[in-house]
Amino acid sequence: MSVSLDIKLKRANKVYHEGETVAGVVMLSCKEAMQHHGISLTMEGIVNLQLSSKSVGVFEAFYNSVKPIQLISSNIEVAKAGKVPGGKTEIPFEFPLLTKGNKVLYETYHGVFVNIQYSLRCDLKRSLLAKDLSRTCEFIVHSQPQKSKVVPTPVNFTITPDTLQNTREKSSLPKFLIRGHLDATNCVISQPLTGEVVVENSEVPIKSIELQLVRVETCGCAEGYARDATEIQNIQIAEGDVCHGLSIPIYMVFPRLFTCPTLETTNFKVEFEINIVIVLHDDHLITENFPLKLCRV
Amino acid sequence: MPSGDIRRSRGRNYEAERQGCRPEGAPIEFGDYHPLKPIMVTDSKTRRGTRKGSTSSSSSSSSSSAPPDPLSSMLDGTDPLSMFAATSAGQPPAVPHSSSTGDLGRRRREKEEEAVGPDFEPWAMKRGEILARFTTTEKLSINLCMGSEKGKALGPGSSAVSEKVRTRLEELDDLEEGSQKELLNLSQQDYANRIEELNQSLKEAWASDQKVKALKIVIQCSKLLSDTAVIQFYPSKFVLITDILDTFGRLVYDRIWSMCSDPRPLPESFTVEDVNDTAKETCLNWFFKIASIRELLPRLYVEAAILKCNRFLSRTGIQETLPRLTAMIRGIGDPLVAAYARAYLCRVGVEVAPHLKDSLNRNFFDLLSAFRQIGGESVQNQLVVQRVEVPEYLTLYSPAINWILQCIAYRAPEVLLTEMMDRCKTMANNALLLNSIMRAFRPEFVAARATDFIGMIKDCDESGFPKHLLFGSLGRSLACADPPESERLTILNEAWKVITKVRSPQDYIGCAEVWVEFTCRHFTKREVNTVLADIIKHLTPDRAFEDAYAQLQSVIGRILTYFHDFSVLFSMERFLPFLDMFQKDSVRVEVCKSIMEVFIKHQLELTRDPVILNAMLHICKTMHDSVNALTLEDEKRSLALLIVGFLRTVSFGRDFEQQLSFCVEARAAFCNLEPVLVQLVHTVNTLAMETRRVMQGSHSRKTAAFVRACAAYSFITIPSLGSIFTRLHLYLLSGQVALANQCLSQSDAFLKAAVSLLPEVPHSISVEGKLRSSEGFLLDFINNFLATLLVVPDHPEHGVLYLVRGLLNMVQDYTWEENSDAKVRVYIGALPLLAAMSQEAFLYSIPKVDSNETLYGGDPKFLSEINKLSETLIGQILDHLKALARDEQSARRQSALAFSLFAVLLAHGDLRNNKLSQLAVNLWNLSHKQGLCDTRLSVRTLEHVKHQAQRPDMAHLAEAVQRLTLQTRT
Repeated sequence: MSVSLDIKLKRANKVYHEGETVAGVVMLSCKEAMQHHGISLTMEGIVNLQLSSKSVGVFEAFYNSVKPIQLISSNIEVAKAGKVPGGKTEIPFEFPLLTKGNKVLYETYHGVFVNIQYSLRCDLKRSLLAKDLSRTCEFIVHSQPQKSKVVPTPVNFTITPDTLQNTREKSSLPKFLIRGHLDATNCVISQPLTGEVVVENSEVPIKSIELQLVRVETCGCAEGYARDATEIQNIQIAEGDVCHGLSIPIYMVFPRLFTCPTLETTNFKVEFEINIVIVLHDDHLITENFPLKLCRV
Repeated sequence: MPSGDIRRSRGRNYEAERQGCRPEGAPIEFGDYHPLKPIMVTDSKTRRGTRKGSTSSSSSSSSSSAPPDPLSSMLDGTDPLSMFAATSAGQPPAVPHSSSTGDLGRRRREKEEEAVGPDFEPWAMKRGEILARFTTTEKLSINLCMGSEKGKALGPGSSAVSEKVRTRLEELDDLEEGSQKELLNLSQQDYANRIEELNQSLKEAWASDQKVKALKIVIQCSKLLSDTAVIQFYPSKFVLITDILDTFGRLVYDRIWSMCSDPRPLPESFTVEDVNDTAKETCLNWFFKIASIRELLPRLYVEAAILKCNRFLSRTGIQETLPRLTAMIRGIGDPLVAAYARAYLCRVGVEVAPHLKDSLNRNFFDLLSAFRQIGGESVQNQLVVQRVEVPEYLTLYSPAINWILQCIAYRAPEVLLTEMMDRCKTMANNALLLNSIMRAFRPEFVAARATDFIGMIKDCDESGFPKHLLFGSLGRSLACADPPESERLTILNEAWKVITKVRSPQDYIGCAEVWVEFTCRHFTKREVNTVLADIIKHLTPDRAFEDAYAQLQSVIGRILTYFHDFSVLFSMERFLPFLDMFQKDSVRVEVCKSIMEVFIKHQLELTRDPVILNAMLHICKTMHDSVNALTLEDEKRSLALLIVGFLRTVSFGRDFEQQLSFCVEARAAFCNLEPVLVQLVHTVNTLAMETRRVMQGSHSRKTAAFVRACAAYSFITIPSLGSIFTRLHLYLLSGQVALANQCLSQSDAFLKAAVSLLPEVPHSISVEGKLRSSEGFLLDFINNFLATLLVVPDHPEHGVLYLVRGLLNMVQDYTWEENSDAKVRVYIGALPLLAAMSQEAFLYSIPKVDSNETLYGGDPKFLSEINKLSETLIGQILDHLKALARDEQSARRQSALAFSLFAVLLAHGDLRNNKLSQLAVNLWNLSHKQGLCDTRLSVRTLEHVKHQAQRPDMAHLAEAVQRLTLQTRT
């Protein structure tokens, strides 16, 4: 007997805020009428932390994990044990997104060491002989918009062989002068990062100019904490030997789910940075780093 | 069958009969009712855009009383198909009134016409040109990496990035993890095929809901555009790959559109509010996915491809995106790739938002800024590696820059055009831009500044863009618009100074061809002659003309468009030598045909100008001589038609002799084309008749000799014709002409030749490609022949009715088809002739030619010969009828033949003779025996006989009538 179970949320984009109600329907579709021992729906919001191998070693990281932090949990019984008629059945439900105490609902974030996820799970219990059915549906929570106004903080930069740190032989470097600016380092997450970069002059032709979006996750555990930076995405904004003196736009959209407003809690931190990477034809790499502060309005 | 009784034909008073047969004449006044008037079709001028079906509103007044044309009244929009079309277009079903469908189409068109009118050459037209022009014989390669990418940019020494863990957004469901396909050594056709395969797999992936895979395919294709190996192929590559991008853009747009079109389809002019949330979310997803594409070029191209989808998200989306994408192109380092990216953006921009011209202009000015890169090191190195010369490299930019300029210049204010031109003037190495400006800007703009442009061209760097291309572009504009009159000669001289120095014959002729039009348009034959001489000079060495036939044909075509007076044309001294350059047979014939067509269309008066005649004969002979065993029938027909058209325009006025000798010459020249020979025979016959008319029927010795010469001409020519019926008809016709001109022996010769030709007539002939029985044609001919024989006098040395007998003998000996009654029908047809011959005064005769009535003067021996012949014939017919009686199936034939004979006897026989009248009655009964005779015919015949019986001298018929009974059918 083929039975299918599905959860459909009312909102097309599945985005909710604290205090709102997550509403939707449980869709049950079966060929003939079916007996069941109850349908229940669980809503859960969890922060999963992954230990970095740097702090505790590879095997420890593999076996242990820091206990997940529960942000919200709720359970309702959608239907008592009984019979479901054949065909399609839709059972509506509602969950208020309310926390107990002074817990804050962090924004949904899928990272490497930190994972904040909200999901709905529907369980259909059946008799001993038939297998129980289960279905999960993730939904997205956005943090409350911040109250204070965002004042853009533009940053100018100039890169020459002299301004570079972290290099060994400055003399072997070819000469170049690259200028530019970012319109803001405290960015609104729903708007793209913008700016400009100009290759004023360069001895060696340019191979590529890229924007590297980096997440910096800090996880704490008993033994200490680890700060890990990983790349989210790399967007190329110039390819080949660009014209000197022509300003090239910097434009990058913050990817959904993989970015969230900069978050700092007692147990973990999620921060973001951007690197402007210039690759010269002789494969020299020039990077300029900018920490970002993302927020939602 | 009893014989001895004289069965005579009855005497006829032809004149009285003719009077009796005439219907009542009624006077009719001009302007009154005319029986044909109501169904006359008047040519009504219809408005542009409306269908022909719109009736009274637009048709002229004279047809106001005309009944409505039933077919056109259907096109009022209420037919099911029009209504369906109306609803699917989202407009209310058409109100049934006459010009509604036309209006619908017009309304829709008018909306689009605001921005881009029909005078904007669409991209689709350029596509084919580019693919044809930018070809390569070198090997190409495609490098497709479908799976996860190996990090390219971060090499050793990367800072702060952990290489172990990398979560890229492109690593969605990796179906073909790490599959890298590198196809090397593809020929150009293979490459095009491979791209087409990708297009197909894109559509298939989309159709099977593998949207991610579809996106990957598009991304990989776009990456191919950053590869400039085999740079000569780049423009074509661009065309092929942007096709895929277009497909993708269309698929995404349609998908989201269909998500909104439930239940009702989204109207054309929908707004953001009409879009439901799910569709908006889907659209947003696409944009997010594309924003995460790593490489610049695919991200740019794919976002441009789905530019239209911004409409679903916001009103200002497109307006904001276009400038952003325009600025993004600055990140492309290779100027050629950047130029084409701009062209794509311009194209998409014009399609989606033609009113946003600012970003178009921005594109152009950015293009100018990046122009100096062409002289830069990277580009130069590339050219050296690929062994491509700078001029050739520069021509690769032309399609892209032409397109961008065309989009910008379209309906642009003159101020903008002037500004752009000035900006280009100030740039170094601006030949490329100049060329594109001349191509893209309005011809009127270019023509007005033609002298300026020439100055700018002169200042251009020699080693850059080829100058002949610049002049070619200028020439093209000047072919559409006229420069100021005072400057024209200078322009021509300047242009030609440069063109004549072009060394490569191909380049030369490409340029010269364009300027020929300018010359023809504004100058006289002298200048055109000079141009022709120059072309001949350039193309003759090394037989360079062999590669340039298309362009040379185009030159002739242009000259023919402007010069219709052939005496002027042929007086151009280099015209015929120019024609001699066409040495390939097929091309030469084509050119001759085109000249002939123009000649026939425009040479309206008859001519005897020797220059024209000579030249045209030469051309016709060229066409004729190309006919060989392999020539198609159709081709022969069209060539013959053209030559005949020419021959018809030749007239020497009263100088008939010269005309005849011309025909002799023509016959020798065109002996292979039968229709031409037929035309010549007709011409000569006409000549003879003309002579007769001029001499008013009495020939002098000279003219008599002349008409005999004409007859001789025909007599010699006819046997060389192939078609037997043509020969028969021409023999008869020429015989009649000869007779009219009192050439008795010639006439006899013609008629005898026709008769002796009869045995050769085959049983079936090919008519329009199908085999048909020749019997009908033969019967027709013989009846015609018999009718002519009435006026042919007997030859004194031969027996009485020599020709008639000869004919009848031939008919008897001819092997008719089995079960054919044709022979008997001939006999039945011969009886009226014999009846006519026995009259005292013949029904018709040729003036000044004595026919048998005069020769024999009613001699009893003559009459008895006629009667004997009639008897024999009737006997033969009756025998045949008896033979038919034996066979069951032939009853119908027997009935029909019997009735025919009855009719003849009734019309021509003297029924006072009892035996004859008895025969007639018997025939009537025989015909009606089995009820197979046509009742209506019988009834009418009986009526006729009764009517005839009332005449004073026909009283005997009354008795016959009583014996003619009609069988009543049960």
